[in-house]
Amino acid sequence: MADRLFAWLARGAALLTLAMLLGILISLLVGAWPSISQYGLGFLTRSVWDPVQNEYGGLVMIYGTLATSAIALLIAVPVSFGIALFLTELSPAWLKRPLGTAIELLAAVPSIVYGMWGLMVFGPLLASWVQQPLQSLFKGVPYLGALVSGPPVGIGILSAGIILAIMIIPFIAAVMRDVFEVTPALLKESAYGLGSTTWEVVWKVVLPYTKTGVLGGIMLGLGRALGETMAVTFVIGNMNQLNSLSVFEAANSITSALANEFAEAGEGLHQASLIYLGLVLFFITFVVLALSKLLLNRLQKGEGARA
Amino acid sequence: MSTTSTSQKLISAAELAQARSARYATRKRINQIALTLSLAAMAFGVFWLVWILWETLRLGLGGLSLTLFTEMTPPPNEAGGLANALFGSFTMVMLSTFIGTPVGILAGIYLAEYGKQGWLAPATRFVNDILLSAPSIVIGLFVYTVVVAYFKSFSGWAGVLALALIVVPVVIRTTENMLLLVPASLREAAYALGAPKWKVISLVTLRAARTGVITGVLLAVARIAGETAPLLFTALNNQFWNGDLSKPMASLPVTIFKFAMSPYENWQQLAWAAVFLITVAVLGLNILARVLTRQK
Repeated sequence: MADRLFAWLARGAALLTLAMLLGILISLLVGAWPSISQYGLGFLTRSVWDPVQNEYGGLVMIYGTLATSAIALLIAVPVSFGIALFLTELSPAWLKRPLGTAIELLAAVPSIVYGMWGLMVFGPLLASWVQQPLQSLFKGVPYLGALVSGPPVGIGILSAGIILAIMIIPFIAAVMRDVFEVTPALLKESAYGLGSTTWEVVWKVVLPYTKTGVLGGIMLGLGRALGETMAVTFVIGNMNQLNSLSVFEAANSITSALANEFAEAGEGLHQASLIYLGLVLFFITFVVLALSKLLLNRLQKGEGARA
Repeated sequence: MSTTSTSQKLISAAELAQARSARYATRKRINQIALTLSLAAMAFGVFWLVWILWETLRLGLGGLSLTLFTEMTPPPNEAGGLANALFGSFTMVMLSTFIGTPVGILAGIYLAEYGKQGWLAPATRFVNDILLSAPSIVIGLFVYTVVVAYFKSFSGWAGVLALALIVVPVVIRTTENMLLLVPASLREAAYALGAPKWKVISLVTLRAARTGVITGVLLAVARIAGETAPLLFTALNNQFWNGDLSKPMASLPVTIFKFAMSPYENWQQLAWAAVFLITVAVLGLNILARVLTRQK
C-alpha cells in the first residue's frame, strides 16, 4: 500500500513537470490571445510599438534579440572552442581543475551582476576606447560609418552582445570540454602516432568525432543568450526604434521590453502584446534548446553503439 | 640512359625533401598559432571573471556597513539600508526551496528508479532539460497570468511560486544523476532483505546519494538567489518592511535593478553593496557545493 502510494507520488511529481510546460504554453496563449486575434502572425513583422496609440508590433524586439544573440555567438564560439582545447589538450594536469572551476564560476555569477557591471564599468570603457575611435576612423565612409554611428555612451546592441558572449562562454566551453573528453584515447593516440600535431588531432580527429555534441553545446549557449533578461536590459538602452542599423544605437529586445514595460502595462492590448512577445521568445528558445538536446543525445547514443 | 634517370631521381628526391620540410614547418607554425590562440582564449575567459569580481569587490566593499542590515531602502538621496530587501529575498528563497525541493526529489526518484520503461520518463527528462535553460522571464509571465492576474495583486507568494518553478528542474537533474551513481548491488541487497521498494529508495538509495542531492539543492538556492526576471512582475517590489506574503515584497535583485538604473548616487551605492552581497552568497554556495561533491 505504502509502496503504491510512493510510486504514485513520484509519478505525480514527474507529471507535474510535464504539466508545467503545458501550463506555460497554454497560459501564454490565453494571455496573448487579444493581440494574436488582432494582429495574427503579422505581429512579427510590424515595427510599430506605440502604447499611446495602442498599436503594437514585435519586429524591433525580435530583431534586438536575434542581433544580440548573433553577436554573442560570433564571439563566444571561437573563444569557447579555444578554452575547451586548452583544458583538454594543453593545460598541465594541476591547472585543469582550478581553471575549469573558474570558468564554471563565471556561469554561476547572477546575470544582474553582469548587467550592473556592463552598465557602470564596461559600457563607458567600450564607448571611449572602441566606439569613438571607430567613429572617427569611419567618418564619412558609407555603410561602415552608419554601422558605428550613435551617441557615444556605450549602450546598445554591441554592448549587450558582448556581455551575452561573456555569459554564455562558460556554458558552451563546459559542453565542448565534456564532449572532447569522450573522444576515445585510442583515436587520438593513433593520430599522434602518425605524426599529427596537437592542432591537427583536434581539428581533424576530435572535432569530427564530436561535432554533434559541439553543435549541441552551441545551441545550448544560443538558448541561454536568447532568453537572458537582466544583463541585456541594463545595457541595450530600451529604445523601440529601427531607424539605424548601428550596433551602438540603443535598441530593445524581447526580454528587456518585458522587464521594463510589463509591470506598468495596462490590461488589454498592451499587456497581451507583451505576452505575445513572451510566447514568441518561448517558442524560439524551445526549438533551439530541443535541437541542442537532440544533438547531445545523438552523440551519447553513438558513443554507446561504438563502445 | 640509366645515369640521367638516376640524376633526375636524385634531384626530385632532394626537392621532395625540401618540400616536405617546408610543409612540416608550416604545419608546425599552424599548430603554434592555434595553441597560442587557445591559450589566449583561456586567458580571455579568466580575465572577465577576475575583472567582474574585482569591480564588485572594489565598488561593493565601499558601501558595506551595519546600517545595510538594519535600515529600510531609502527614498532618493537619503541614507538607508537594504533590510527589507534582504528579508524579502531570504524569505522567498527559503520558502520556494522548501516547496520546490520535495517535488524535484520525487520526480528525480521517478526518473532514476521507476522510469525504466514507458514514455513518461524520457518525456519528463526531455522537458526538464528544456525547462532548466528556459528563459526565466517566461516563468514570471506564466505566474503572472495564473496567479497575479487571478488575485489582481502582486504578492510575495507569486514570487515564491515563480522561484519554486525554477528550483524544480535543477533538483530533478541532480537527484536523478546522483541516484544513478548508487551501485545496483546496494539496492539488490536491500531487496534481498525483503524491504519494499519505497523503503529501499528512501532509506538506502536516497541516503547513499544524500550529499549529491544536497549539492543539487544548494545549487538551486544559488541559482534563485540572483534571479531577477521572474520576480519583476510577481513579487514586484516594496519600499517598506513587509512580512505579509500576500502583499508585494522587496527582494535584493529587484532592488538592484531599480537602484542601478536610477540617477541617484546613494541608490547606486546601495545597488553595488547589494551586488556584492549576492555575488558573495552565490559564489560561496557554489564553492560549498563543489567541496561537498569532491569529498565523495
